[in-house]
Amino acid sequence: MSVKVLLKGGRIVDPSQGLDGILDLLLVDGIVASLGKGISAAEDAEIVDCSNLIVSPGLIDVHVHLREPGEEHKETIASGVQAAVAGGYTAVCAMPNTDPPIDDPAAVGFIVAEGRKANAAKVYPIGCISVQRAGESLAPIGEMVDAGAVAITDDGNPVMDSGLMRLALEYAQAFNIPVADHPEDLGLSAGRHMNESIVSTRLGLAGKPNAAEEIHIVRDLLLAELTGGQIHLQHISTQYGVEAIRQAKARGVRVTAEASPHHLVLTEQAVEGYNTDAKMNPPLRTAEDVAAVRAGLADGSLDVIATDHAPHHYDEKETAFEDAPNGLVGLETAVGIIMTDIVGQGVIDITTMIERMSCGPARAFGLAGGTLSEGAVGDVTVIDPNLTWSVDPSVFRSKSRNTPFAGRELKGAPNRTIVAGRTVWVR
Amino acid sequence: MNPKAAFPPLGKDLVGLESLSQEQILMILDTAEPFKEISERRIKKVPVLRGKTIVNLFFEASTRTRVSFEFAEKRLSADTVNISAVGSSVSKGETLVDTARNLEAMRIDMVVMRHGSSGAARFLANRIPSNVINAGDGRHEHPTQGLLDLLTIRDHHHQIRGLKVCLVGDILHSRVARSNMYGLLKLGAEVAVCAPKTLLPAAISDLGITVFKRIEEAVEWADVLNVLRLQLERMEEGYVPSLREYNRIWGVTAPKLELAPKDLLILHPGPMNRGVEIDSNVADGPHSVILNQVTNGVAIRMAVLYLLAGGHPGSAEAAKKEAEV
Repeated sequence: MSVKVLLKGGRIVDPSQGLDGILDLLLVDGIVASLGKGISAAEDAEIVDCSNLIVSPGLIDVHVHLREPGEEHKETIASGVQAAVAGGYTAVCAMPNTDPPIDDPAAVGFIVAEGRKANAAKVYPIGCISVQRAGESLAPIGEMVDAGAVAITDDGNPVMDSGLMRLALEYAQAFNIPVADHPEDLGLSAGRHMNESIVSTRLGLAGKPNAAEEIHIVRDLLLAELTGGQIHLQHISTQYGVEAIRQAKARGVRVTAEASPHHLVLTEQAVEGYNTDAKMNPPLRTAEDVAAVRAGLADGSLDVIATDHAPHHYDEKETAFEDAPNGLVGLETAVGIIMTDIVGQGVIDITTMIERMSCGPARAFGLAGGTLSEGAVGDVTVIDPNLTWSVDPSVFRSKSRNTPFAGRELKGAPNRTIVAGRTVWVR
Repeated sequence: MNPKAAFPPLGKDLVGLESLSQEQILMILDTAEPFKEISERRIKKVPVLRGKTIVNLFFEASTRTRVSFEFAEKRLSADTVNISAVGSSVSKGETLVDTARNLEAMRIDMVVMRHGSSGAARFLANRIPSNVINAGDGRHEHPTQGLLDLLTIRDHHHQIRGLKVCLVGDILHSRVARSNMYGLLKLGAEVAVCAPKTLLPAAISDLGITVFKRIEEAVEWADVLNVLRLQLERMEEGYVPSLREYNRIWGVTAPKLELAPKDLLILHPGPMNRGVEIDSNVADGPHSVILNQVTNGVAIRMAVLYLLAGGHPGSAEAAKKEAEV
């Protein structure tokens, strides 16, 4: 007997089909069966009333640190996917900077297996570019792809050797996967803790200039152009970085790029008082940079909103700023932050938000989903655009609480998360 | 001074000069004046902080600042304990927050802390009810050094307003520089810095500070030079090619000072690298007030301890006249 779920009367927003209207959506056996007005429910269908709610193709976060293996006190695959579904995500891509790093097919297989066991959001492993993330020689990319890796990155570490980056961009083409890079020239940034500006000068913190990020953005764009490879640039935070990507796209370079919610809504001012929850890499930058990242998100220079969900144990952040690790948890706040501060302020509309959080990520990483067209996988996120709520880290499903958004009043939140036709989370 | 006159309280802690008002800074300087005399007495002790327990918590090596604080505390009759990173639980991986909690559990009244991380003093101050005095946090602030520099300049020029003060040397890594800049600007001085650009922090002119590339320009302009220590590591890290070259181009030397249109007051927070940032005949010369700074350091620290302990600035004169112990 087939399993039927009917989502009735929601506002279906599916940019992949140019759809925006009050429609019913029928999922059968985990697949989108039909989409239309007044679909009559079979007797055995589970009926979900979606009136006053938005029904979107499942949200996908291509940049998540699940910390397993090695740092299970911060997050596990099981806790991470619970945080994901509570944030409206039906799939996440797991970064390979674990201990040990995900640099061989066995390790990739471990992520796949644990992801299945966790049985909530889908977990797509990303493998390392280089063995041990050491930046010296290519990891077995083909075998990792065969084991389930959807991309490669040394995230957290930039690939400092341009020759190795060239090889990765060339070699990965055989497998049609993007090479994701964390653009950062360590010569300009190592041992530094926040954006370089008058704020870092006043606080007495060593600063990272925009150029540290932009040099590698430009390098990667040139190498993608040289090789014809597919580059995915992570967490873009600077004005010129956005502009360089915009220009490269106009030239036809195969590039996709991310904006993170925190770089869209916070400036370096959040660091004042040595707030370690506002310590991240790349750092929070100036209002001009935030405006540029917003403009890039709006015009499509930046294709994807990705959280860079980076859990840390509370006592790791409970220290002097320079000693604290980088990052913030993002899965459970992204929809609310984007709906309130980005859609709510008219930077983009809800359709573009869904494009950047579902369709764009699926396209960039060649993943199933990102669409509600008939026959597509039945990954669906239901969003309540009117719910007002405040961020309370104590109720996060993530194991970690490190967020600069604690106490923020937000409007708009996930309501239900459906993975392959099965409701895995409901508010 | 009328002891009942309104005065601006300092709050619980002294973390830096950036957050203080001009009135608060002047109050500390004025309070230090009567305390100077105590150190000149045969019996250098008054009972102002009798029964108070103070911990000097030094995560970085320091001789001058720690000893200066310790003299200030002892001359005010406080009970003091020194903890240095070497040989304590601090060097065994205990976190700053655990150190703070343990101290607090022993019911102390004040902590004087030096730490290698910027913001460490604020971190501690936010977590314990005791008074926290920042004795230097990373490259952020060293407020008592800034205050004693202000006091020393005021001793010689009688007022700070309108004076031209240039900080020379490693501004980038210097907490002394930041505290000096904030204090001097708040008291109405014109402030400049002079250093190779590699040793200047970003956007420093946004603070209202003039930047001189060469020492000759600074000497031409300034009334006061505050010469900062150039640590040997800066050469190893590549900020300057060699100490010899640094001395030749940015070092404060007698021939360069001869070009000055007026007598320059020379300060140095110590410890000095003679022959690097300052030559001996300048450091030991007639315009140097480097040892006056050291003497004033004790008085400034007494004033800060006294005020944070709840002392009234107008009563400082009276307090020191209490029976000697």
